Amino acid sequence: MKIHEFQAKELLAKAGVAVPRGIVAKTPEEAQAAYGQLGTAVAVVKSQIHAGGRGKGRFKEQPEQPGVVLVKSAEDAAANASRMLGNTLVTIQTGEEGKKVQTLLVEQGLNIAREIYAACVVDREVAGPVIIVSSEGGMDIEEVAAHHPEKILTEAFDPVYGLEGYQARKLAFALGLEGNALKNAEKFFRQLSKFFLDNDCSMAEINPLVVTEEGELLALDAKVTFDDNALFRHQNVLAYRDLAEEEPSEIEAQKWGLSYVKLDGNLGCLVNGAGLAMSTMDLIKLHGGEPANFLDVGGGANVDQVTEAFRIILADKNVKGILVNIFGGIMKCDTIVTALLTAYDKIGIQVPLVVRLEGTNVELARKMLAESGKKITTGLDLTDAAKKAVASIA
Amino acid sequence: MSILVDKNTKIICQGITGKAGLFHSQQCRAYAKEHRPGENVFVGGVTPGKGGTTVDDFPVFNTVAEACAKTGANCSLIFVPPPFAADSILEAADAGIELIVCITEGIPVLDMARVKKALAFYPKSRLIGPNCPGVITPGVAKIGIMPGYIHKPGTVGLISKSGTLTYEATWQLGNLGLGQSTAVGIGGDPIIGTPYIELLEMFQNDPGTEAIMMIGEIGGNAEIKAAEYIKAYVTKPVAAFIAGQTAPPGKRMGHAGAIISGGAGTAEEKMAALEAAGVVVARSPGEMGVALKKAIDNRK
Repeated sequence: MKIHEFQAKELLAKAGVAVPRGIVAKTPEEAQAAYGQLGTAVAVVKSQIHAGGRGKGRFKEQPEQPGVVLVKSAEDAAANASRMLGNTLVTIQTGEEGKKVQTLLVEQGLNIAREIYAACVVDREVAGPVIIVSSEGGMDIEEVAAHHPEKILTEAFDPVYGLEGYQARKLAFALGLEGNALKNAEKFFRQLSKFFLDNDCSMAEINPLVVTEEGELLALDAKVTFDDNALFRHQNVLAYRDLAEEEPSEIEAQKWGLSYVKLDGNLGCLVNGAGLAMSTMDLIKLHGGEPANFLDVGGGANVDQVTEAFRIILADKNVKGILVNIFGGIMKCDTIVTALLTAYDKIGIQVPLVVRLEGTNVELARKMLAESGKKITTGLDLTDAAKKAVASIA
Repeated sequence: MSILVDKNTKIICQGITGKAGLFHSQQCRAYAKEHRPGENVFVGGVTPGKGGTTVDDFPVFNTVAEACAKTGANCSLIFVPPPFAADSILEAADAGIELIVCITEGIPVLDMARVKKALAFYPKSRLIGPNCPGVITPGVAKIGIMPGYIHKPGTVGLISKSGTLTYEATWQLGNLGLGQSTAVGIGGDPIIGTPYIELLEMFQNDPGTEAIMMIGEIGGNAEIKAAEYIKAYVTKPVAAFIAGQTAPPGKRMGHAGAIISGGAGTAEEKMAALEAAGVVVARSPGEMGVALKKAIDNRK
């Protein structure tokens, strides 16, 4: 799960990770007041959306207005806020449609001496959490990793105790920090690792992490995502969920225990199992089609789930046909077909439907399909089904 | 011959009084009865607080240690819900269980990081999974949720990150007359108990295995590591398939581990590494069986 920058900073501050002073504003008047309250000559007004690249992003309705802007007066803050709030910000990560900005974060200006990078993630290779730091702050870390791998330092830490002091100091020394900054870095890195563990994050990225002229370290930006599987023990985090930022069809799918990801193609697919679902997408593409989605109905796949799955796939107006690929193991093929036929009638499916079944009771299931009188094409094996499905919408 | 599971494997289920736990315990017991009539292979289960009772003739114990002492179990199949599954894995290890197969999907990744660290203190215990279909040695024992009848005894060692895709591969192999020595689902999570490499080593050393089929997914670099290992140590023919060739970056495809981040873990990279290691890579999921056949024929 993703959260907004201002929410991440609230959580970080509570966990003892230093962040700049900031005030949330939902109206131009609030932005104006926030400038006054912060009391710094320069303040920063930042759009709050679940996507990066905001500084370089521009608004659809206000093509000159950047998504993050420096302001030098209360009036300036209000004027910028009025051009941002309620408008649609398009960044490199939002796609053409952009995202509507409903909230701004107004932050104090800082005397920035250096910008560095710090992030905690789970590293599969060490099978545990690691902290990554780099002297190159404010840059795309993937770029740094590709071109200057020597500028990236990684330190694995204990999943219970977090980063130890000596580990944090090692990183701080390697970054060339001295005096106050060195002390503050040790604290910052350790608190960040604790924050990561205590909140079951999947990523806590501070980019840039600024070192001020005074030797303070502050999280200028914060991108925090959480392990969905651990949200049951973090009700406070769950309260931060912003449904407006998520794909409505994916939210609907979740309610039904379906795993759905919307894609750009026109051939819908309904599959049981994540690996098989991914492979089915591959297969469609291999035979010249474009998958409209990833959809895993799971192992159970009862009538309600299959019905909802069809409903969600067909709600996508790009979908011109559907390929159903089920390997009935424990779940018998005839049970799946019963669910399929019930769903077919309930939804009133109009697009071509190609069904490929394999596994337990497959003969009976195929017979049921053939005798149903519905316009359903049967695929004999994976390849045959994919070819027929692609041809059905050509 | 086989790996992990043989005629000495005695199984219990942790979470046996739950719906899925009981259903699959029954299925596994039925499989054992069909193939080894008269032998007691699936010997009971554990649900804390329900010790001393029975469920469908399975004796239920309060702790894994007690179950082991009373039944001689050396293998545990875990169906405990995600919030408690990590604890169950550790209980099994502490009781001396040698093979721990965790089916549970949705365990928090940091729980698994802690489990992984703790398991280092139990060198005799091996964890398969979590979030996996389990392990089967056809004709001997089924420890998991896979449909038993599609697996035929044979000489192919099967290693897979995915469930239904494994069944698909098994099916295709079956149509070509190829059975399995052992089929292992390693799980689709970012942190798992047993990675490809350890299983590749076991299959390489198993006289009953003549060829290896490996099914991977996008995300992480486990398949790249496996390719390096194969190149250096595996002399048996190997075929592979990688799911998710068309998956967009940054989107999680069902499995928590199946996500491409920052250009790393793409199917293309993995396929290239495997091919460079001499593995026959199926481009299409419809050709997994054919790819293995080709890998075997190439050596003839």
